[in-house]
Amino acid sequence: MTAQTGLQPDLRGADRGLGRARGSERAAGRLFQGLLMGCLAFGVLVLVVLLTDVIRDGLPRFNLDLVRNMPSGRPARAGIQSAMMGTIWVIVTVAVITLPLGVAAAVYLEEYADKTRWYNRAIELNIQNLAAVPSVVYGILGLAFFNRAAGFGGSVLTIALTLSLLVLPIVIISCREAIRAIPTSIRDGSLALGATRLQTVRRQILPNAIPGTATGSILALSRAIGEAAPILIAASGIIFLTRNPTDLLSQATVLPIQIFNYVSRPQEEFRVVAAAGIMVLLLILLLMNATAILIRNKYQRKW
Amino acid sequence: MTSLLAHREPGPSTAELSRSLRKSSPRWGERAVESLLFLAAVLSVLTTIGIVLSLLDGTLAFFREIGVGEFLLGTVWTPLFADGSFGVLPIMSATLLITAIAMVVAAPLGLGAALYLSEYAGTRSRKILKPVLEVLAGIPTVVYGFFAISFVTPSVLRPLLGEGSVGIFNALSAGLVIGVLIIPIIASLSEDALSAVPQAMRDGALALGATRTKVARKVVLPAALSGVIASFVLALSRGIGETMVAVIAAGSIAQLTLDPREPMQTMTAFIAQAASGDQPTGSLGYNTLFAVGALLFLLTLLVNVVSIRLVRRFREVYE
Repeated sequence: MTAQTGLQPDLRGADRGLGRARGSERAAGRLFQGLLMGCLAFGVLVLVVLLTDVIRDGLPRFNLDLVRNMPSGRPARAGIQSAMMGTIWVIVTVAVITLPLGVAAAVYLEEYADKTRWYNRAIELNIQNLAAVPSVVYGILGLAFFNRAAGFGGSVLTIALTLSLLVLPIVIISCREAIRAIPTSIRDGSLALGATRLQTVRRQILPNAIPGTATGSILALSRAIGEAAPILIAASGIIFLTRNPTDLLSQATVLPIQIFNYVSRPQEEFRVVAAAGIMVLLLILLLMNATAILIRNKYQRKW
Repeated sequence: MTSLLAHREPGPSTAELSRSLRKSSPRWGERAVESLLFLAAVLSVLTTIGIVLSLLDGTLAFFREIGVGEFLLGTVWTPLFADGSFGVLPIMSATLLITAIAMVVAAPLGLGAALYLSEYAGTRSRKILKPVLEVLAGIPTVVYGFFAISFVTPSVLRPLLGEGSVGIFNALSAGLVIGVLIIPIIASLSEDALSAVPQAMRDGALALGATRTKVARKVVLPAALSGVIASFVLALSRGIGETMVAVIAAGSIAQLTLDPREPMQTMTAFIAQAASGDQPTGSLGYNTLFAVGALLFLLTLLVNVVSIRLVRRFREVYE
């Protein structure tokens, strides 16, 4: 055990305390602590086993050919290029849609909304509830409205709009937290110097909320990159493409969908391609998370 | 900044102040921006309305052809066949069984991890261990599906239960892996609840001669019970809604059985299968997807409502 710090009392001797705890009780205490530690260790163990399993399976195909080749029915030539390009198209579109909307909604809720009004409370409750809706339900929404009613089909736009609705609550919540961390004195100071509300938002609130918002948004986007189920439903079966998307309305597939496609084939060779694809996906997520942590550590201000 | 404000001169009277702060002229630009921002916030409400409308439309069309009783009580599920039957019980029981297996795994492990983090771990080990849980939570579900089918079934279940005991697709591997997937939800939310219990309560119990085990089990855990239950319920609704692991590891055979070694299709897996089949808009197969989606939506809603009630009932408020 590491040393206790801060105001927490040192409890290491507490079980011996006033000599009340008998030996058997002390042993039971140690057993209990060991058991709890085991629970945590199990999580770590699963993570290690999972990564080892993926790397062991995927390493033979983890090379440049994987990203150079298009998906194929022949395992030796099967790659993930169209899925990589699809993921890039989709994520950029999701970012373009969700960032302005998410920041705008957060600024409204934090800086303008009168919390005593019923409609503002309804919006807040609604955002919390949306975060708990299963992702397949967003897929159904995407299928009904974007794919069929709007006629976008299984395109970049359908996928991006569906994912945008899915991650918008996350972007809003993280941006609100970033805004809330800015002390009221900054606002008061700006207003006292004659700035309007809009000027305060533009020159004080937004610049100071950038690091927190950036971190939260990158995490939200990495959630969008890993999602498969809502896309599977919204794009309705477009899971095998050998062309890269060229515009918003061209058919697209994304990495998790392509991985799913390879996993669900019976031949063992495709499982290797799937594992290699997973390595690429995890690498992208690792990079994004590392960027988020870097931004947080480098730019976050303590007031 | 703050010191400047603190040492200011006594200000003008309230009457003067309200006159000086009166708007000189309506600032239309400011108003326009505020309305735009409001619209962005309203979009989330439109999303909810969109979800309800899209589900309702297809579901009503479905029930014009299929009776509610036949849907809810039927025991055979073959909706995508010509002349199929529409009894939802097989896929509903599969969802509940797999979620139950997941909760059996995740509830004790998640709570145990949370108790360790809040009651035993030092600041330094917590700094290392919490990110591990976050990584576990950030892994895409399709990867967990791959893990279930490429590791859990062949390398864990078959050696433990006997070589011929489980097929490639089985509910057990899906349930176990979904359990792992929801451990971080329970662990991190429960840890928040446990850490929020005032230190004075622990100190008091320790001063009365309780051991640390007793403090954790008899003082901290009961005090944080509402938060712990809330974390369980959130994990439960996440398990019900989980799709990719069920699709990949549990298979696509809808059968009414409680044997976890059998392949079975969950509600979410059916939705995914029906959607990838490219059903024509308005066909019965297409509408079935919406009926199942509506049922899933109601199920998670019910779970959330129950959780809010439970939390209210067990909540203990300190200071």
